[in-house]
Amino acid sequence: MNDRDDATDTGRRRFLGAATGVAAAVLAPGVFLYTSATATPRSEAVTSATRWGMLIDTAKCADGCSACVDACDRENGLTFQPQPEGADDTRWANQQAVWIRKVRLQDDLTGRITNVPMLCQHCEHPPCVDVCPTGASFKRADGVVLVDRHTCIGCRYCMMACPYKARSFIHAKVEHQLTRAPRGKGCVESCTFCVHRLDHGDISTACADACAAEGHQAIVFGDLRDPDSDLNKALRAQPNRQIREDLKLNTGVRYAGI
Amino acid sequence: MAHAVTSGRFIHVVLACLLVMPVAQVGAGSFVVPGSEAAHLGQCVEPTEQMRRNHMVFIRHQRDDTVHGGIRGTKHSLAGCVACHVAYDDRHRPIPIMADGQFCHACHAYTAVTLDCFQCHAAVPIDDPAALARYAAHGDHPVGVDGYREGEER
Repeated sequence: MNDRDDATDTGRRRFLGAATGVAAAVLAPGVFLYTSATATPRSEAVTSATRWGMLIDTAKCADGCSACVDACDRENGLTFQPQPEGADDTRWANQQAVWIRKVRLQDDLTGRITNVPMLCQHCEHPPCVDVCPTGASFKRADGVVLVDRHTCIGCRYCMMACPYKARSFIHAKVEHQLTRAPRGKGCVESCTFCVHRLDHGDISTACADACAAEGHQAIVFGDLRDPDSDLNKALRAQPNRQIREDLKLNTGVRYAGI
Repeated sequence: MAHAVTSGRFIHVVLACLLVMPVAQVGAGSFVVPGSEAAHLGQCVEPTEQMRRNHMVFIRHQRDDTVHGGIRGTKHSLAGCVACHVAYDDRHRPIPIMADGQFCHACHAYTAVTLDCFQCHAAVPIDDPAALARYAAHGDHPVGVDGYREGEER
């Protein structure tokens, strides 16, 4: 291919070497700027330099504990959902929005019980985004899968497409909301990885905090792109997997112990 | 002045004043609710005339930046509107901003424009950091983690 001039172009190498040096110099202050900027509300759009993810160790998830679910409900105003007049309790329990729920598995043969906290898996290739007819379902640059409820028409295709049953529909008028968690009748919603916290530079989620406060430490939240993050250290330290790996969605939430 | 009278212009000036005065009164009158944070400030995040005409454009623009880009540090935020313009009752509890006669409702009722924001968005700044600072300043932090006082009816 390069038969015209096989001699090494040292000038070009010097230039590239210098360019790499410049890039590194720019990158270092850039990183510093990023960390200082996140202490206040975000003023720059999120980028794909970060991908938020989670590791849930089911071996540490205690049977009967609901700390993560309760914390999520409080954090995201899910406690404000009114039970419709005359609604059957069981039906309401199945219908009301939940962002994280505990699935209890029992091995028929051994009787071994495993608790699997199930939430939006924040897929790299989210099926909910594929099927959304209005573009309301979308993946943020930092990997958080969200619903833009300004655009959501409540068709619920995404709920059918999601292999994890992670999304909920708001059926009735909601009287009270939190500023950080808007919610209204006729829209679909799901776990946001506590995006309001992330956007204020607080790298945590309510469920992970609650689990740690209970002393279980079953949930580790962090940046999948940062090799030194607690999350990546935990992912390296123990075997873990995606649920429904066969779908090749590359989920942001990984599970150990299943 | 005499020249104005003789030329008939004076009548025009008087007429113009009579016509303009009520409009000017409405235009210059303050719709900012007493007791709100905004009542102590000279101007909103943009000049008043711009806010009256374009506030919906500002917040619509901002909403896409916030939802898709995660940008929450800019001045055109709906949460900012609520935190600053909400009024408080005698127990320092915020009154929903779209309640009868409150800041959003007053103009939207007058212009007959449906206000959809608060079907989903909080109409009181219950968990807004600025509002929490305000409550703390009053010495009576009124809310629990779920936005209500202990034992308060929901």
